[in-house]
Amino acid sequence: MADRRRWQEELDRSPVRGVPFETMSGIPLDPVYGPDGAELPGQFPFTRGPYASMYRSRLWTMRQFAGFGTAEDTNHRFKQLLRSGGNGLSTAFDMPTLLGRDSDDPLARGEVGRAGVALDTLADMETLFEGIDLGAVTTSMTINSAAAPVMAMYVSVADETGVPRTALDGTIQNDILKEYQAQKEYVFPPRPSVRLVTDLVRFATAELPRWHPVSVSGYHIREAGSTAAQELAFTLANGFAYVEAATAAGLAVDEFAPRLSFFFNAHIDFFEEIAKCRAARRIYARWMRDRYLASDPRSLALRFHAQTAGVSLTAQQAEVNLARVAIEALAAVLGGTQSLHTDSYDEALALPTEKAARLALRTQQVIAEETGVVHVADPLGGSWYVEELTDELERRAEEVFSHLLDVGEGSMLEGVLACIEDGWFCAEIADSAYRFQCKIASKQWVQVGVNGYTEGDDDRTELLYIDPAVETRQLAKLAAVKQARDDDAVRRCLGRLAREAADPTANLMPALIDAAKAHVTVGETMRALSSVFGTWSERALA
Amino acid sequence: MTGQVRAGRALARRPPEPPVRVLLAKVGLDGHDRGLRVVARVLRDHGFEVVFAGLRQTPESIAAAVVQEDVDVVGVSMHNGAHLTLAPAVIRALHDAGLTTPVVVGGIVPDLDVPRLEQAGVAAVLGPGASNEQVVEAVRGAARRRTP
Repeated sequence: MADRRRWQEELDRSPVRGVPFETMSGIPLDPVYGPDGAELPGQFPFTRGPYASMYRSRLWTMRQFAGFGTAEDTNHRFKQLLRSGGNGLSTAFDMPTLLGRDSDDPLARGEVGRAGVALDTLADMETLFEGIDLGAVTTSMTINSAAAPVMAMYVSVADETGVPRTALDGTIQNDILKEYQAQKEYVFPPRPSVRLVTDLVRFATAELPRWHPVSVSGYHIREAGSTAAQELAFTLANGFAYVEAATAAGLAVDEFAPRLSFFFNAHIDFFEEIAKCRAARRIYARWMRDRYLASDPRSLALRFHAQTAGVSLTAQQAEVNLARVAIEALAAVLGGTQSLHTDSYDEALALPTEKAARLALRTQQVIAEETGVVHVADPLGGSWYVEELTDELERRAEEVFSHLLDVGEGSMLEGVLACIEDGWFCAEIADSAYRFQCKIASKQWVQVGVNGYTEGDDDRTELLYIDPAVETRQLAKLAAVKQARDDDAVRRCLGRLAREAADPTANLMPALIDAAKAHVTVGETMRALSSVFGTWSERALA
Repeated sequence: MTGQVRAGRALARRPPEPPVRVLLAKVGLDGHDRGLRVVARVLRDHGFEVVFAGLRQTPESIAAAVVQEDVDVVGVSMHNGAHLTLAPAVIRALHDAGLTTPVVVGGIVPDLDVPRLEQAGVAAVLGPGASNEQVVEAVRGAARRRTP
């Protein structure tokens, strides 16, 4: 079969890790199993994995999300990580930064540097990556509403330190649609927000060939209470909406689609999670080929990052979370993830301590090094149960797509926007969250330590406390930067931002980069944009 | 279901009381509203009147809503570690508006912080994994302690 030959060729071309691919008894293992004519990994429709050799060539990236306090604090963590052999940096920003507000904004009180690093001006971005060669690391930045201004700062640091833009490698989440549906970190209304996403996609396509300008994220949809089927459907619909937005802005699908990536939740329902990953790849490949006419194989193969389910963690008997995380991480690996964050056992209570974060990483290492599950691609492919679940999740996702296309009169982008605007996604997710709570209340679902097996909750887990002095230090730094900058340049930059925001054909990235270099704050930038775009608040329904 | 049965029995034993009115709000920038939305439905299931203020409320906007809606209890939800700053700020804002409406805090609150919140005047704290019964009892208990 042609497929088998192509798969074999790709496999032969792939690098091989220097470990024996055999069981503990010494039984040699094939890279994949199945009857003649079975689907193969790396081959359309990619149900069994995006690559022919999967983990035989390269394990998933163990990318642990971190960030707290000031840029100095996080820079210190980054350098520790790099010294211990890591090269993937992952940045969490604090709530004010995520929402495009400066540390001195009245609404920022109590939240500066608390759930991530505080970033106000280019000076903070410089500190964050001080002593780190941006051309030699991959950086993941988890930010959405303020993604474009923050990306502009990152590019500015590269420009200043002589790193060519073409060498920048990493991912910015930049997925605004799921913010209206689930995570609720929105600022502008949906339509101008999608324009900002598209501006960044266009900019990256032209200037940052190694950068992933959008990570289409189901994680937060699931955390907000959706089912696995809803997570799958809503996330892919959002992905298709971005594809439509980028092609409408004049890009050819194969120009940008190879650098779209996804981010899924790895929850506790083991086989359904594995089936979800398989279904996601298959649906995506079909839609990208048949509806969006992509032809580059890299445009068809869905690649994703996974994170274990924060909501599955319990504050009661917190150490039990180690077991949950291990099972969820195993599901992600059996689902063929490219990158994984394992939650720390103390995260139902606070940000992780160093010890808890280390145990979370060790959990991934046990799966990678000890369990042997990495030797064979898609080991559950062909299981009647998992194949049926994969098909059923695909059917359910297709039902949602049909609904969205109906609403959008043939456009996924319009369908998604309309269902955001009328609160459909929020209502669907809230219904599922409520149904789950009812199962807990009636004990149809037993959560160990919460509504069953509750004896023994006497441990006092050591927690990370954020020094309240962080806020004071950050405010002093911001004041000093504002004092030292050229106010006329700031005014010029803000004027240009507002002008170009009003011109829907302009790409805002160059103006954002100039503003970053003039030390315009994130908050000032966002206010200039909202003077044109307006702001968004959802209808308060529950 | 069990909650409705319990509420029914309580009504049978006592003369009917007007339903407790609760304002539910996320305070600050935190967007994690799953818990607040679930709590809203649980409270409605148990006969409470819920005024859902939702996201991005400030201490001042909460105080204004309490005056306007004449609620018996305020429930605020925080998941981003800002509770030690924001919960006392809500109580101060209520106080400044001449109100003594009890405040119940829900969200990710480490045990160690509970006495500090209580000292600041918080009526009850509902941490992760709180059951429907605990939610209902906390709000009902806070309403009973409301000084007229």
